Amino acid sequence: MKWAGLAVVVVLLALPAVLGSYAISVFILIFFYAFLGQTWNIVGGYAGQLSIGHAAFVGIGAYTAAILARDAGITPWLGMFVGGALAALLGAVIGYLGFRFGLRGFYFALLTVAFAEIARIVTLNTETTGGALGLYITFTGNPREFQFPNNRPHYYIALALMLLATGVAAWIERRRFGIYLAAIREDEEASEALGVNTFKYKMMAIVVSAFLTGMGGTFYAFYYLSLQPNTVFGIPLSVEIVIRPIVGGAGTLLGPILGSFLLTPLAELSRSYFATGGWTGVHLIAYGMLLIAVVLFAPQGVYPYLRRLLAWRPRG
Amino acid sequence: MDPTLVGQGLLNGILFGGVYSLMAVGLSLIFGVMRVVNFAHGDMMVWGMYIALLLAERAGLDPYLSFIICAALLFLLGALVQRTLVQPIVDAPHEMQILLMLGVALVLENIALVAFGPDPQRVRSPLTMATLWLGPLFIDMARLATFGVAILLTVLLYLFLFRTHFGKTIRAAADNTYGALVIGTDVNRVYVVAFGIGAACVGAAGALVSAFLPFQPASGLSASVASFNIVIIGGMGSLLGAFLGGLLVSVAESMGAVFLSPSLKEIVSFSLLILILLFRPAGLFGRRMG
Amino acid sequence: MATLLEVKGLSKHFGGLHAVKELTFAVGEGEIVAIIGPNGAGKTTAFALISGFLTPNAGQVSFRGHPIVGRTPHELCALGIARTFQIARPFPRLTILRNVTVGALGRHPDLPTAEARARAVLEEVGLAAKSAQPASGLTLAERKRLELARALATEPILLLLDEVMAGLNATETERFVQLIRAINRRGITILLIEHVMRAVMSLSNRIIVLNYGEQIAEGPPAAVANDPGVIDAYLGEEYVSAAQS
Repeated sequence: MKWAGLAVVVVLLALPAVLGSYAISVFILIFFYAFLGQTWNIVGGYAGQLSIGHAAFVGIGAYTAAILARDAGITPWLGMFVGGALAALLGAVIGYLGFRFGLRGFYFALLTVAFAEIARIVTLNTETTGGALGLYITFTGNPREFQFPNNRPHYYIALALMLLATGVAAWIERRRFGIYLAAIREDEEASEALGVNTFKYKMMAIVVSAFLTGMGGTFYAFYYLSLQPNTVFGIPLSVEIVIRPIVGGAGTLLGPILGSFLLTPLAELSRSYFATGGWTGVHLIAYGMLLIAVVLFAPQGVYPYLRRLLAWRPRG
Repeated sequence: MDPTLVGQGLLNGILFGGVYSLMAVGLSLIFGVMRVVNFAHGDMMVWGMYIALLLAERAGLDPYLSFIICAALLFLLGALVQRTLVQPIVDAPHEMQILLMLGVALVLENIALVAFGPDPQRVRSPLTMATLWLGPLFIDMARLATFGVAILLTVLLYLFLFRTHFGKTIRAAADNTYGALVIGTDVNRVYVVAFGIGAACVGAAGALVSAFLPFQPASGLSASVASFNIVIIGGMGSLLGAFLGGLLVSVAESMGAVFLSPSLKEIVSFSLLILILLFRPAGLFGRRMG
Repeated sequence: MATLLEVKGLSKHFGGLHAVKELTFAVGEGEIVAIIGPNGAGKTTAFALISGFLTPNAGQVSFRGHPIVGRTPHELCALGIARTFQIARPFPRLTILRNVTVGALGRHPDLPTAEARARAVLEEVGLAAKSAQPASGLTLAERKRLELARALATEPILLLLDEVMAGLNATETERFVQLIRAINRRGITILLIEHVMRAVMSLSNRIIVLNYGEQIAEGPPAAVANDPGVIDAYLGEEYVSAAQS
């Protein structure tokens, strides 16, 4: 399995040489949303704490890096870590409030939504962030400002991010941290009785997840070069983050990647095909139906089917 | 601070509270009976609004009359959703239910988007322009009518749940599903009706506000979140809590608009939500889930 | 014999209902002590209070001389108190080995070591053959053994067993009795809640009887079986003979 993975990575590294700009942009989105899905996976999949407000972390990372670059001339390569740290801080706050007070399931999910919405409304009404008009980043194409003349470097950065998040998840999975998270997800009380400090590990999960997601926010800001509070803090983005790991298989390493490779091209195609004819939103109807289908027929996502499929392949 | 402004804010808060209450009561009923969180609640409300729009444009019906049709159609939709989608997963982990209803929300919201477009709409009603003066305060006739009808519907719902046989069956099933099964209640039918009624409430609420509140497909998810806020603050599973919570939250938001700024009023309800989640998760009047 | 666990005046009420009232007893090192009583007598509440899942309204609990009221369950586990649940709660999507490994990781953070320890425990309870199976497909008796194995993997000093033999047939019950005896011989002190009288009578050094949250008797099995108050509450003559065997 490891050799197959390596082969895939090599292929992905070589692809930009043969792909056109549009295809590359689709891959960028595949990698980026796989990355976000994987960071979500750490707290939402492995630890089982459903968050529908992860856009909050993206938004904080995005706006922080953008404002630091604009007002203090700090390069986004550094700003990325500051954004990540601030997002981690918010994660710690949400985690502390949620976990210390025993919020689970729906209550915790609503808490995450509440914070994302508050962040959105505050950003909409603050001058520094540009309010409702949003924040625009002037295009310079300067690598030191996390900008490039074409999108190939973005391809590699997005791929690196996806591999980074997957690496972190893989590392966690194999260690006590990951096993404890799985136990917490399965039965929190029973885990406590077995010596698992559930509060500590849930906090670690959300802080790690938030930090990485925040870093992704910086990528978002300097790829799109414009930020609007409703887009970058909104529930629709949180849904985009959540749906790929859910469809692919929450709590598995390949789930978010699988989900992104399945859904992102679909979304992009439908977006570009239908948007011009005033049919925006068709891909979201498909998302909705997919969510319903997954919950009803394949609650573990697509991943178990893939595993079974691969198990049939002759091993050489 | 100008007392007239405060008074006006209080008045408008109370009037709009009727709608919030109706939305919350519908959600609370669904949750109380089935322990299912209807993430598509707000989007069903938006459909109530769009149906009212269609009826006004095609049939010239005033929303203060067509709300009945909206309620009926949403009842059917709710019943259908429950029977086909929710029933199979009534015992599944809550996370799964949330994701399922989120899926339903996405489908409803985006069918509306494709069918009606993203631009905000409003329904014309002769009541929209009429106002009544109460000393220095004015009352929007549309808001007053909405308040009146909303309260009326809530009272009717109360009578149904507490004075009719089937209503009592629903409440019994909500309190003790196992016991209800033991005495032979067709629990599935109860679930379908309860979900239908919940959807009907919010469909009516949608029609009732369509005359003065601009709406668009994207309003769906925020209406859902607003409903959750109210139900949690008032108390999950408590109809009285939902009712009072609606009035409370509406007034609180109104005061937030007056004292802070209109665009920040939602922060008031979110802050209230967080406080309640932390310190009194059962809500002001309710009993806690699970 | 040193006192391992000391419970003094432990009380818990829920609204107007007194679940546990002024519970006072001690458990010595190496003992097997049973708590019995009719349904609703407050036994599981007592366990929840001792294992940190509930906070008492009054009273103290000390373990090895140190007060433990207010500590979280995972802290108590680290101190050496492990408990099983009345209704077995396996981690359904994890393998049996993984289930037990979770318990072992507390004292052995290194995964391979923890897994080795887990395998040893599975061997002891007789589930080793099924280690790779998911925990969701087990029979009742197997679930109970898994529940026990997980708790054992945390290397406890005091083991709280909550109705671990409920629902088992005669053979399975006998097997469990042997298992518990073996665990006790290894030096683990056991406090158990049980309804299966035959097992209680043959295993216990001492029995505490609860009724409506209050202690109505305490002593060796024979004495308790003959206590008129206890017989009045719920024991029958048939069980006296089990204690005398």
